[in-house]
Amino acid sequence: MMEVCNCIEPQWPADELLMKYQYISDFFIAVAYFSIPLELIYFVKKSAVFPYRWVLVQFGAFIVLCGATHLINLWTFTTHSRTVALVMTTAKVLTAVVSCATALMLVHIIPDLLSVKTRELFLKNKAAELDREMGLIRTQEETGRHVRMLTHEIRSTLDRHTILKTTLVELGRTLALEECALWMPTRTGLELQLSYTLRQQHPVEYTVPIQLPVINQVFGTSRAVKISPNSPVARLRPVSGKYLLGEVVAVRVPLLHLSNFQINDWPELSTKRYALMVLMLPSDSARQWHVHELELVEVVADQVAVALSHAAILEESMRARDLLMEQNVALDIARREAETAIRARNDFLAVMNHEMRTPMHAIIALSSLLQETELTPEQRLMVETVLKSSSLLATLMNDVLDLSRLEDGSLQLELGTFNLHTLFREVLNLIKPIAVVKKLPITLNLAPDLPEFVVGDEKRLMQIILNIVGNAVKFSKQGSISVTALVTKSDNRAPPDFFVVPTGSHFYLRVKVKDLGAGINPQDIPKLFTKFAQTQSLATRSSGGSGLGLAISKRFVNLMEGNIWIESEGVGKGCTAIFDVKLGISNESKQSGIPKVPANPQHVNFAGLKVLVMDENGVSRMVTKGLLVHLGCEVTTVSSSEECLRVVSHEHRVVFMDVCTPGVENYQIALRIHEKFTKRHQRPLLVALTGNTDKSTKERCMSFGLDGVLLKPVSLDNMRNVLSDLLEHRVLYEAM
Amino acid sequence: LMTAKSLASKETVNGRCWFYSDDDDGISVYLNRELHAMNTVVAQLQTQFQDYLVSLYQQGFLDNQFTELRKLQDEGTPDFVAEVVSLFFDDCSKLINSMSRSLERPENVDFKQVDSGVHQLKGSSSSVGARRVKNVCISFKECCDVQNREGCLRCLQQVDYEYKMLKTKLQDLFNLEKQIVQAGGAIPQHFPSYTILRPDIRPCLDA
Repeated sequence: MMEVCNCIEPQWPADELLMKYQYISDFFIAVAYFSIPLELIYFVKKSAVFPYRWVLVQFGAFIVLCGATHLINLWTFTTHSRTVALVMTTAKVLTAVVSCATALMLVHIIPDLLSVKTRELFLKNKAAELDREMGLIRTQEETGRHVRMLTHEIRSTLDRHTILKTTLVELGRTLALEECALWMPTRTGLELQLSYTLRQQHPVEYTVPIQLPVINQVFGTSRAVKISPNSPVARLRPVSGKYLLGEVVAVRVPLLHLSNFQINDWPELSTKRYALMVLMLPSDSARQWHVHELELVEVVADQVAVALSHAAILEESMRARDLLMEQNVALDIARREAETAIRARNDFLAVMNHEMRTPMHAIIALSSLLQETELTPEQRLMVETVLKSSSLLATLMNDVLDLSRLEDGSLQLELGTFNLHTLFREVLNLIKPIAVVKKLPITLNLAPDLPEFVVGDEKRLMQIILNIVGNAVKFSKQGSISVTALVTKSDNRAPPDFFVVPTGSHFYLRVKVKDLGAGINPQDIPKLFTKFAQTQSLATRSSGGSGLGLAISKRFVNLMEGNIWIESEGVGKGCTAIFDVKLGISNESKQSGIPKVPANPQHVNFAGLKVLVMDENGVSRMVTKGLLVHLGCEVTTVSSSEECLRVVSHEHRVVFMDVCTPGVENYQIALRIHEKFTKRHQRPLLVALTGNTDKSTKERCMSFGLDGVLLKPVSLDNMRNVLSDLLEHRVLYEAM
Repeated sequence: LMTAKSLASKETVNGRCWFYSDDDDGISVYLNRELHAMNTVVAQLQTQFQDYLVSLYQQGFLDNQFTELRKLQDEGTPDFVAEVVSLFFDDCSKLINSMSRSLERPENVDFKQVDSGVHQLKGSSSSVGARRVKNVCISFKECCDVQNREGCLRCLQQVDYEYKMLKTKLQDLFNLEKQIVQAGGAIPQHFPSYTILRPDIRPCLDA
């Protein structure tokens, strides 16, 4: 700045030009200095964020003052008054102050500003990095989307061809491939055959051996491997003079077998068979395989493996199911044929049975009759032969019939109640004549605890016993035969594979037939029970018969849930035939002293129930007594009212009194009994038996204190019902 | 088969004559024949018995009560029916005698006594199921109520006739029963506690 001079003399008339220039410059400086803060203010106002307003203000003030100074300087070129000098001085002083302050402030500010710049740079870098990362993630996400889509496509079908085709198509689309191919191992496993390609519609069927190094390399790892475009697996199309073949990647696809799948873990790569998937980028594109693309390919290969396995499993199960269905159909047909055959056979047998038996019976009956007439020896011989033959034939017929029905299980036992003791005696009576003639004493021993009335198939049991005893008689020339019947317990030397467990209402009957006759070779024993086999022991046996007897007996015994076996110590030492059968114990036991328990659904047990019957009519008294005894009661009978009163006691639960005889005295009995037994529970129940049931009789009975009325004659069922009602309710008023 | 041995001894066992030959088939033949014969005879007798019994019902000699009576007969009381029936017939004869004595003199008829006799008879006959006898008793009672001596005499005669007829019939029936039992069969009943018959039992004597 120009030095201020405070002389009053005018300046040296220096160059007016210089002064003019200074003047102008100062003016412009001032203008600039004034406009800068304005600009600053304007732009700061415009910007949203500016943290250094104070600095700006300071700077603005500094500038303004500087400007003011320069402006005031304009007046100092010429003579100026003291005021101007004062103003000038003030301005300068202020300017000095402010500028110093600003200078001081700037020391603090500038490093800050500089650091802002650093931060800005840093943030910019970060932003660029994030951008990059986002690009990566987006790529990955897209890859994932592709994979999902591919997987979805692949897994949405269970058809092998569709799966593979879809894979190739989708992969080709996703990765923009030029060519994609799948090589499957052949059946022999020594070659890879080109099975599917993307572009070529009908791939030429050609193969490469599986032991190529490049293939081994690919199979050796689960990753996608870049291979040379010139390797045999990649050379799919004739090289058409492209400049640069695209990069090729190959990946293995495990072909999993069913057996490889554990429940909870992914099968390890223990499988030996792989297919090869080859992917080629377009030629002349200078594209490279990116890592994420390779990953995509690997994932897809795995998915394809799984999908293929599923398809294989499905195929397998479909095949198995078809097979089973075929088998089912075949079995069904066979079964129906068998059933038809059985039915036809049964029909045939049923008809023939009757048709054959009738004439047979006729022959046997008449021959027997003939045999008992007077005949010449020749005639007798002939008749005997006829009888024998027809008898054997009849037996054979029946046996075969029985056996065939037994074999296919269509024979069923006919259960009924019968007397076991009587059965044994009957059998013995039948056999005794022969035994007597052959001089073989037969003894029968029935165990004392052997039940008398049993439930079972009487016919067949008799057949079995007859068979066994008959055999004993037949094969004995001397000695005695003993038949023992007992109830068997479970530890009784049964053959080891058979255990007897007596249950509640059943028991096992054991019959032992011991003879001292020809005996059997122990080696032949197993054969005895097989049909049509006959032991040819020595000359004592004449052949005859079909050998079915024991076989049938065994089957019947088995049907009765029992067992049959023969023990013999050898030839000539006799033998013992033993069998066990299961029989039911009948409810009906009729020995004297044992009260009968009726098998009726009402559970009321009348056993031992003491009753008194009063009836003047002997016949009807006897009938009523019989009725009550049949039901198991203990009956006392009296024929007059006096006797009744004498005999009646608190032990009698019921008193049946006949009130048919006209006269009132009968009813008096009731009153007298009421008098005799004051306590209600001691008094027996009183029932009137009457021939008419009109209302007056009933009313009369009730008025005399009787508990019930019955119409004579009483049926068994009626009496049973009445008794049970009476005992339950202690009262009965019913007209029948 | 045609050996001298076949002409073996003629034996008499159980009152029946039969020829026993030494070979084993003789035993089958014998048993078959015996069983067969037994079965035939028994079957015949049983059919006879059933037919006869049914005819007795159909002709009105017996009614339901007789069936009930048969139900009460079982292994423990095998003669129950016979006993009751014989008691009944005894009763009948006694009552008829006494009633006939009462009705003898026309001027001195004790209708009360006759009435009680008829009542007894009616009761007994209905207890055993003698239907015809019971029916006659009903008309008898009516005659007695009106003190009609002629009617009573007629009824008495009829009762006598009926009970004797029934007696004969039942006797025949019981005879048949006995024959069946002797032949080794069982009395046909309608209850499962008796097995009917064993016509198909065949001895299998060939080992």
